[in-house]
Amino acid sequence: MMTVKELSEKYSLKAASMPEPEREIRGGYIGDLLSWVMGRAQADNAWITIMTNINIAAVGALSDVAVIIIAEGAVPDINVIETAEEKGINILLTDKTAYEIAVLISADI
Amino acid sequence: MSESLNFHFDVDGDNFVSAGQASVQVKKNLRRLGLPPEIIRQVSIALYEGEINMVIHAGGGEADINVYEDRIVIVLADKGPGIPDINLAMQEGYSTATENVRSLGFGAGMGLPNMKRYTDEMKIESEVGVGTTITMCVYLK
Repeated sequence: MMTVKELSEKYSLKAASMPEPEREIRGGYIGDLLSWVMGRAQADNAWITIMTNINIAAVGALSDVAVIIIAEGAVPDINVIETAEEKGINILLTDKTAYEIAVLISADI
Repeated sequence: MSESLNFHFDVDGDNFVSAGQASVQVKKNLRRLGLPPEIIRQVSIALYEGEINMVIHAGGGEADINVYEDRIVIVLADKGPGIPDINLAMQEGYSTATENVRSLGFGAGMGLPNMKRYTDEMKIESEVGVGTTITMCVYLK
């Protein structure tokens, strides 16, 4: 098991927002359809997505995931980052695909 | 029924940016009440799906959350177009949302099914041209 901060450091994932660095990650979920994510992702998961719009902050908060990892080099707007900070949602960024990052971190979460 | 704690919210229509405000606020309030995390997750996800539905389909509406000693009751009421075929609307994957809505990650046809999945009771009352009222209940076991 690993904290969001440890994951960020180990894999050089840039933190767009990290208000809760010590949050522990348990398992992961990949998806871009927000209702699907809310239906299937578990609390404390790392949620990997390519979505960057404002609603990911709400979905991240409500589904209680430990961190949102935005893949494929996508970058959220500043208002998304501000909202995430406010809501206590960690967001990490990577240039890798969702598949690649999931494979890379799978042994640690 | 015993005394309850009520949270009321007006949900703005056509505003995806503010959608979720009621759910996030309710989540905070329930956390303060010391309810179990899984109950809070169930209530806030069901409420968020309801909020989004009212934004997408009904031009907004009202949300009421009542916390009783043994249950949480969520009532979502709108004056939207109504649901012509509730059984069809309840099927996972069925959606009447526009492409624009889908591009935001919504409209996957999971809203109502998720609301049912995360609550212990759910009742839909809808009349075409008049509106829809959804009542959901989560037991505090």
